[in-house]
Amino acid sequence: MTSPADIAAAAPQRLGKGRQRQARISGAVLLGLAALVALVFAQDVAGEATFRLSRPTDPLALPDLVVPALPFSYAAAAVLAFLGVRQFLRGGVRWTSLSLGFGLFLAVAAFLVWATAGKSFSLTGMLQATVVRAVPIALGGLAGVLSERVAVVNIAIEGMLLAGAFTGALIGSLMGGLGGLAAAVAIGGLFGFILAALVVTYRVDQIIAGVVINLFVLGVTSYVSSQVYQEYRFLNNAPVFRPVKIPFLGDLPVVGPVLFNQNVFVYGAIVMVAVATYYLFYTRMGLRARSVGEHPRAADTLGINVYRTRYVNVTIAGMVAGFGGAWFTLGSVGRFDEGMTGGRGYIGLAAMIFGRWHPVGALMAALVFGFADAMQQKLALLNTPIPSEFLAMSPYIATIIVVAGLIGRSRPPAADGQPYAKE
Amino acid sequence: MTYQDPTGKLSEKLLDRAAPDRAAFEDLVIVPLFAVVVALILGALTMLATNVDLATIGKSYVALLNGSVGSLNAISETLTAAAPLTLAGLGLALGFRAGLFNIGAEGQILVGGMATVIVGFSFPGMPAAIHLPLALLAGAVAGGLYASIAGWLRAATGAHEVISTIMLNLISYRLIDYMLRLPFIQREGRADPVSKSVLESAELPRLLSFIDPNLRVHAGIFLMFAAVAAVYWLLFRTRLGFEFRTSGESPDAARYAGMRAGLLIVLVMGLAGALAGLAGANQVLGVLGRATPGFSAGIGFDAISVALLGRSHPIGVLLAGLLFGALEAGGRQMQVDAGVSIDLIGIIQALIIVFIAAPLLVRALFPWGFSKLTKTSKE
Repeated sequence: MTSPADIAAAAPQRLGKGRQRQARISGAVLLGLAALVALVFAQDVAGEATFRLSRPTDPLALPDLVVPALPFSYAAAAVLAFLGVRQFLRGGVRWTSLSLGFGLFLAVAAFLVWATAGKSFSLTGMLQATVVRAVPIALGGLAGVLSERVAVVNIAIEGMLLAGAFTGALIGSLMGGLGGLAAAVAIGGLFGFILAALVVTYRVDQIIAGVVINLFVLGVTSYVSSQVYQEYRFLNNAPVFRPVKIPFLGDLPVVGPVLFNQNVFVYGAIVMVAVATYYLFYTRMGLRARSVGEHPRAADTLGINVYRTRYVNVTIAGMVAGFGGAWFTLGSVGRFDEGMTGGRGYIGLAAMIFGRWHPVGALMAALVFGFADAMQQKLALLNTPIPSEFLAMSPYIATIIVVAGLIGRSRPPAADGQPYAKE
Repeated sequence: MTYQDPTGKLSEKLLDRAAPDRAAFEDLVIVPLFAVVVALILGALTMLATNVDLATIGKSYVALLNGSVGSLNAISETLTAAAPLTLAGLGLALGFRAGLFNIGAEGQILVGGMATVIVGFSFPGMPAAIHLPLALLAGAVAGGLYASIAGWLRAATGAHEVISTIMLNLISYRLIDYMLRLPFIQREGRADPVSKSVLESAELPRLLSFIDPNLRVHAGIFLMFAAVAAVYWLLFRTRLGFEFRTSGESPDAARYAGMRAGLLIVLVMGLAGALAGLAGANQVLGVLGRATPGFSAGIGFDAISVALLGRSHPIGVLLAGLLFGALEAGGRQMQVDAGVSIDLIGIIQALIIVFIAAPLLVRALFPWGFSKLTKTSKE
């Protein structure tokens, strides 16, 4: 089976041609967005879009942000068209990603203005939802980063999230929130360890091992919830972690409610991303871990225990994913439903790739996905003429565009996906 | 390394030359056999852990056997469940052979099935000899085109097919929800998303309805066998199949030999999608008769297991498809007879795959089942 690494290894030879093609594709996407904004969003739009930034009861209230809809749409279309044409004329290689990112941002802004025209809409509320919804994706992405940096492809994130959600609900119902959280982290670590054992010791194909873990966890959790929870409902009724307001910072306008009045999962995710960045890039252990991911043979020669490094890092990745999984139950609804992670683990993988195998990048990418998720939810309230199914699709389409547009610039660890046999 | 046999290498070679059948036999027969038995035992332990008493466990396994092969009706159900799994599994196996990990069979089944339904209800009065092939073709083409989006993205931009196929799956769910509410697709007088019914001239005829009208096995099983033969021929008897396998096993060698990697990727994905689309067509024309949200019912994901279990070989995929079909049919019986949730089957399936994918693990768990000096791993 080909791993992404093989393709990446072949990349340098065709980089020039591939990049140019990519630049052209992004150019076409930008022009398409310009056409969309000019032909759809700028038609039959009138009035002003009002974005509420704070509630009147907040101690430091900001005035509403009012945007005239029609001029904004035309301006956005013009900028998009300029960026797109520039891609074609200049080959645009240098600023491709940046143009694409900015272009998508503009298109989204134009869309929001169009949808809100003549109405008002709480921007802060949406940003808050963005952060909340980004949490499991960011933690999934971080788990991916930690294991792929030691060259273990982790498709099993979805299963680890689900296991964390399930265990969090079960143990949380019996022993309270903190116990549930600890158990979720432990079960995630257990599955990380199992993945490492299958992949490192028993040399199962990494993707097969991941798929198996996903299947197994889905099977066990669905089985127990239909076999046991139907009868014993008290086992599936866990307490939920409430938001904790950080004094002073929590009172700031916009930033306060978005970042400093959240529950333990949001703070935990931010801390973990910071710690993981420090660990991977500023400690000796992290350097060793990365060397195992790039060139295990060389690392082995230098006396680094490749197998142990993989075991430890993949187990830690599992613990991170288990913590992220607990978000679904202990962080939001307090009860477990079959298959409730709904593919967030896979989106976490996409966030990891989008974030170029870097913890901070994965967090940023997760925020993008979280934003799309939150937007879809909030726009349902605004009554736009677009069918809600298409709004629901938009994050996935955006993911495809982003992955297709940016993949050439991001490089996986060199040994990613390859088993290592000690000689 | 679990086996530290000092003379391992030499004796391995000698043994391989002297008795190649033994090692092959162990890998092909004993490992799967152990896998199934151990998975069933672990499944029983799972039931024990969830407070199911021993008598019920026995009853549920008897029901599992009865419901899969115990009667004509059971065999009919097994074949009915196996057909779409095998069809979609063959498509995924083609992808694996060419080094592409296509997770998108679920979406391709949905899109293919949807196209089939539209053709299936749209041409009243058309003779079955034209209508049925046309409906099947529509499914294959739609599934193939949908999958080649991911292939094209991979070839043109390098976007990894795992991510793009997952995204296409998620998109397809919403797309089907949307289409089922379009006035020309939604059944008249219904408020919920249900398509019009497929006309009789497009249905896959039931084969045994002269014995008992409740026997559901339908002409789709011929489709299944034909697809197995066709994929076998394609993979091992044609130049295209050789190119698929080469680009899967050694992309560098394929490139140096002048094979056009990009075109191959699009072709493989298209064919895989066509087979998955046929699986969807098979479901709507043979079993369901219409489309509802999520009518693929996870077949696309089970097909991944089928393809892995069958080691991406057409015959293996057929056998794995039959096994999974039997588990599916038996699992339903189990749920009815013993009151044990069918989700248990998911656990058993996962365990079977993990043991088959990890021969080293099976050998470590059951050293007495194997001759000591065989290769520890064939990879």
